[in-house]
Amino acid sequence: MKKYKSILLDPIFNNNPIALQILGICSALAVTSKLETSIVMSIAVIFVLTLSNFSVSLIRKHIPGSIRILVEMTIIASLVIIADQLIKAFVYDISKQLSVYVGLIITNCIIMGRAEAFALQNPPGMSVLDGIGNGLGYTFVLLFVGFFRELFGAGKLLGYTIFQLNTEGGWYNPNGLFLLSPSAFIIIGLLIWGIRTWKPSQVEEA
Amino acid sequence: MLEHYLSLFVKSVFIENMALAFFLGMCTFIAVSKRVETAVGLGIAVVVVQTITLPMNNLIYHNVLKEGALAAIGLGNLDLTFLGLITYIGVIAAMVQILEMALDKYVPKLYNALGIFLPLITVNCAILGGSLFMVERDYIFSESVVFGLGSGTGFAVAIIALAGVREKMKYSNVPAGLRGLGITFITVGLMAIAFMLFSGIQL
Repeated sequence: MKKYKSILLDPIFNNNPIALQILGICSALAVTSKLETSIVMSIAVIFVLTLSNFSVSLIRKHIPGSIRILVEMTIIASLVIIADQLIKAFVYDISKQLSVYVGLIITNCIIMGRAEAFALQNPPGMSVLDGIGNGLGYTFVLLFVGFFRELFGAGKLLGYTIFQLNTEGGWYNPNGLFLLSPSAFIIIGLLIWGIRTWKPSQVEEA
Repeated sequence: MLEHYLSLFVKSVFIENMALAFFLGMCTFIAVSKRVETAVGLGIAVVVVQTITLPMNNLIYHNVLKEGALAAIGLGNLDLTFLGLITYIGVIAAMVQILEMALDKYVPKLYNALGIFLPLITVNCAILGGSLFMVERDYIFSESVVFGLGSGTGFAVAIIALAGVREKMKYSNVPAGLRGLGITFITVGLMAIAFMLFSGIQL
């Protein structure tokens, strides 16, 4: 039981895919200018990651080693197409904002990385847990960055005003830099600093 | 006409830099930028693959996948765009494989220099992202060639610059928790701010 728990919860802080494994950074930075897009993106990634881990794990004994990348790619691409179509069908506005990044889940290294590193060696049940766990680790970073970018960049959260902007007669002067891409790098850099100060075992040798 | 292509090229290298403005190919961007030498190898590989796959995908999109593209063989109202993702990644994987074999046979020197980076490029989001942007912005064939060359060059410039900075950083005293990944993120953030200065430039 303890093993299952650690598979599910380890990727959130102890072995975070973004902060420690350097996987799946591209989309983590690009879609986080708002909390709403971060949430939709996280759900899409958890969906694809869990199902791809499950499918790869189910057929792991039948995949020939030499073409396993191709097989994994096909499974992942099919799942991403499903996710893409679902997002287009139910939250069309957000799918416009996410632009190409939903499609880019295919090349999101978290999914490929977990299929290679975990699902190919472990039974389906554990692979599903690993998929959910890593998805949650990814979600944690996305929501953290999205929260600060939307709050300080626009004074809002999920579209509701938190800080009254000075253009609307309030007191808050929005920091436009938070809406631009570079801020995401700096926030993640500081987040990593925070996590590693809390858990010194993750510090890299210089 | 020439100005249009020149401006598209400059735009895709600097203003809409794949790595620093769109965050594409970040995993490789951060993982492979420890030394200038390897960064140069990866940069060249990206330029080559991008310049070949983008026009290929452009042809496939306009002649097969786009709505009404198959009208010539009696499938006028067939819209295959939903197959886009799986097609593009297939083309990219196949192109990388062919390129690898061709280089191995005809230019072994370059093949050895590129080494492991060539196969890794299949999962580099900058390549797939380039194809998706090309579709989203509806580029015609000649534009896609220029965009491919430009966006590849932009990625190469960015990764070589970052590798240069990281080589120098070995001599600095970075706080323990920031060492490695953390400080690299912040460096990239500052570089992205620098690249933003190019925005608004018109040719």
